Amino acid sequence: MSMNTHGRPTQPVAANADGAASFSGNRGLDLQEPLIFELGSNTRTGVDLSDEKITKSYLGGLERTQPINLPGLSEPEVVRHFTRLSRKNYAIDMGIFALGSCTMKHNPRLNEKMARLPGFGDIHPLQPQSSVQGALQLMHTLAHWLTTLTGMPAVAMSPKAGAHGELCGLMAIRAALVARGNARQVVLCPESAHGTNPATAAFCGYRVEDIPANAKGRVDLEALKARLGPDVAAIMLTNPNTCGMFEPDIKAIADAVHAAGAFFYCDGANYNALVGKVRPGDLGVDAMHINLHKTFSTPHGGGGPGSGPVVFSEALAPFAPIPTVIKNADGYHLIEEENAESQTTFGRMVAFHGQMGMFVRALTYMMSHGADGLMQVAEDAVLNANYILASLKDVMTAPYEGPCMHEALFDDSFLKGTGVTTLDFAKGMIDEGFHPMTMYFPLVVHGAMLIEPTETESKATLDQFIHSLRGLAKAAVDGDANRFTGAPYFAPLARLDETRAARQPILSYKEPEMLQAAE
Amino acid sequence: MRYLPHTAPDRQAMLATIGATAIDDLFVDVPDGALGTQPIAGLGHHMSEMEVERTLAAMANKNTTASSVPFFIGCGAYKHHVPASVDHLIQRGEFLTSYTPYQPEIAQGTLQYMFEFQTQVARLTGMDVANASMYDGSTACTEAIFMARRITKRGKAILSSGVHPHYVAVAKTLTQFTDDVLLCGEPHVMPGAPGHDMDWILNQLDTDTSCVIVQNPNLFGHVADLSELAKAVHAKGALLIVVFTEVVSLGLLKSPGEMGADIVVGEGQSIGNGLNFGGPYLGLFATRDKYVRQMPGRLCGETLDAHGKRGFVLTLSTREQHIRREKATSNICTNSGLCALAFTVHMSLLGEAGVRRLAEINHARAVSTAERLQKVAGITIVNSAFFNEFTIQLNTPSRQVVHDLAKHNVLAGVSLERLYPKHKALENALVVAATETTTDEHIEALADAFSKVLA
Repeated sequence: MSMNTHGRPTQPVAANADGAASFSGNRGLDLQEPLIFELGSNTRTGVDLSDEKITKSYLGGLERTQPINLPGLSEPEVVRHFTRLSRKNYAIDMGIFALGSCTMKHNPRLNEKMARLPGFGDIHPLQPQSSVQGALQLMHTLAHWLTTLTGMPAVAMSPKAGAHGELCGLMAIRAALVARGNARQVVLCPESAHGTNPATAAFCGYRVEDIPANAKGRVDLEALKARLGPDVAAIMLTNPNTCGMFEPDIKAIADAVHAAGAFFYCDGANYNALVGKVRPGDLGVDAMHINLHKTFSTPHGGGGPGSGPVVFSEALAPFAPIPTVIKNADGYHLIEEENAESQTTFGRMVAFHGQMGMFVRALTYMMSHGADGLMQVAEDAVLNANYILASLKDVMTAPYEGPCMHEALFDDSFLKGTGVTTLDFAKGMIDEGFHPMTMYFPLVVHGAMLIEPTETESKATLDQFIHSLRGLAKAAVDGDANRFTGAPYFAPLARLDETRAARQPILSYKEPEMLQAAE
Repeated sequence: MRYLPHTAPDRQAMLATIGATAIDDLFVDVPDGALGTQPIAGLGHHMSEMEVERTLAAMANKNTTASSVPFFIGCGAYKHHVPASVDHLIQRGEFLTSYTPYQPEIAQGTLQYMFEFQTQVARLTGMDVANASMYDGSTACTEAIFMARRITKRGKAILSSGVHPHYVAVAKTLTQFTDDVLLCGEPHVMPGAPGHDMDWILNQLDTDTSCVIVQNPNLFGHVADLSELAKAVHAKGALLIVVFTEVVSLGLLKSPGEMGADIVVGEGQSIGNGLNFGGPYLGLFATRDKYVRQMPGRLCGETLDAHGKRGFVLTLSTREQHIRREKATSNICTNSGLCALAFTVHMSLLGEAGVRRLAEINHARAVSTAERLQKVAGITIVNSAFFNEFTIQLNTPSRQVVHDLAKHNVLAGVSLERLYPKHKALENALVVAATETTTDEHIEALADAFSKVLA
């Protein structure tokens, strides 16, 4: 038996493959947690409600007769359940989260505090407008920041996420073309586009065709010009593109698109590289969504809620969706219906006015930085990505020449012949204590690894990250494939069987007796 | 700047590693004239925490909060009490600052609550399966119409006039460039047969119909048994989509699943989530097992890890845009994760006993409100049956009355003149909602204020 420096055993019992089992199933701070359905009971509740006697019912005979079968727990049990679950997650608060295209930057807690001011959190969307002047002022102020930063004349605030913003932009484009008398048939997207772009264009009734790319991972301008014609409604282009590169011909692209009578939709997913430094309006953009949950640090929350306001050019502004906020001599007004001020609107995208909670957080973030701080954001985001690119390109393989913008792209050619895939490499990063980069996207690069550090990582953090990735790359090339192919070894769970989940879908909990009864 | 860690020497050292002399060397591809060298004009300079707090608090203080006055506004968003532990738990950094769980080995916290959420929603609605949430009730409703088209391969959808007019507007907007045909009922405070425009719907129903969309309780607060409608819809090979805007009602009312719904969608804000001036909210979406592959949105499923331990992953993603691109079931790329977590925590606190009791109290508070308002001259209660909101008819246009009542510091309800500006017949009607937060004093204040304003 091996001994530690205190002369005591290093293992409780003789070590075996899966470690010695504990009596509880837990091990130190690694705590197992059942489902709420395995813990609670249908008669227990963690909320004390009034004991008002109920004597009358006006339900028209529609009372529920079947049980719901929802277990409840006391408050201490609920707090413990979700606290234990939380500890099975990686998060920005724990370390660098270099997920390319997702802009996982620090989420300031001041944003959370401001969103919870009762004057923003405890007001109803259908209150009389005289009772919510401050809320309308906040929306109007945020709109001013967004239009000024982007150099665009108008903004639609209501879209609830990036993809929803894309839909908003494409619908405005279609409405503008219809108003001109011809909706046209085709939207051009590069192969490297986010999947939402073609999905959105198809939703608006357009056929999607590829924009050709050149060897440098940029749009092939001459090929694009050759393709443009009276059938093309719009191009959808991400800039910086999904390879993390700025499109150097962007103005020429915009000019060619406009000359062909089409519109330029810019996917603003990568706006963090430009914020406060480059105004998309100066590049000829007609519409661009802004992911407040990326560039302006509203929390990703494990998958939403997001927020995706869309800025518009003069040509598209009249078609923007309602509601909008305007200001005149007697205060702020919400335009909720088609009327004289909004008669060309393409309509309404959501029940109310958009993601107010996210608006408060985003404006808090913007005011904290100011125009000067936001410029520094873009510069540091680009600096950090280039630092990673420069520090790793001799051991990993970069498909395109730098400099990059806010994210660094690698392919899997450095792994050729090692038996290690991009997926394995990513799982190896988990064992190093990092969230992996974006894998297998963009599709134009083989085994893509897209690393976006963001501006809120310190040099010391980046150095440790680079040190680990260099070590992993060397280990893979030196033949230590086992380090990767069985990884992660040190996460709460080993690799999960996604094929099984899709072939035999179990999408809700069934009690053992329900399963038995079904058999 | 407090959120940016680099010092000037850090930046210089990093530029040296990169081989650049100045930061703008890295922006070399940006066209001349477009690259800013000075901060963008017309915006403020950076601010301390304290300065930002002052600026925003000044805006917040101009608003009348729901908790500060007698408050009876509903119509799609409801004021409920949210236990303190809910907001504490959703602010844990491991939940708040994590991403979509694409690396399941280090995202089991998010995935397990998604699985719990899906199960809770499926059980509440009386359905087999629910997704991991949508943006809000209105977008969930439109997605349900598209799903019905995919299943039935038909394009005609019939919307009851009891569906929230903003939900109808969203559906109309999003179908204007598709082949879908929407037939929308003419709004009326007392539509057709008990609570619903049943006859009109049955007259429109044919074998070209993909779905019938009915809200229950509806915009006017009426509740109705939809079982017979479900049979009629199914007899034509169409689907019944049931919408709700008040999820608490499911604690007390017969579930849509029990009444024969094929797809159930609604707004989940009432459980765990504050009013937030309209967002972020929580779209709920549930259906039958047989339709799951036509469902939009994220789904979490159970599986095993390499050691045979139970775990959870995102699954059936071949429906989704990042795999299917232009052939996806929806372009949706996110869910309303943190709002879903708030829902799940609150629902785990309530349990079946709590959610039933909460629903009973909501109904009882609304009954007390209705009975008191009935005694006010100039007010007629429209509903014979309701859950926690109901429609009243005034002797004068309601929008002005709402404004006048606000001057008495009472937020009385939603004027149908505001929701249906083009329907003169509805201009005297007002929808009044009560919840467990409504006290007897609030009800008295409301009745008093009405007496003064209507006199």
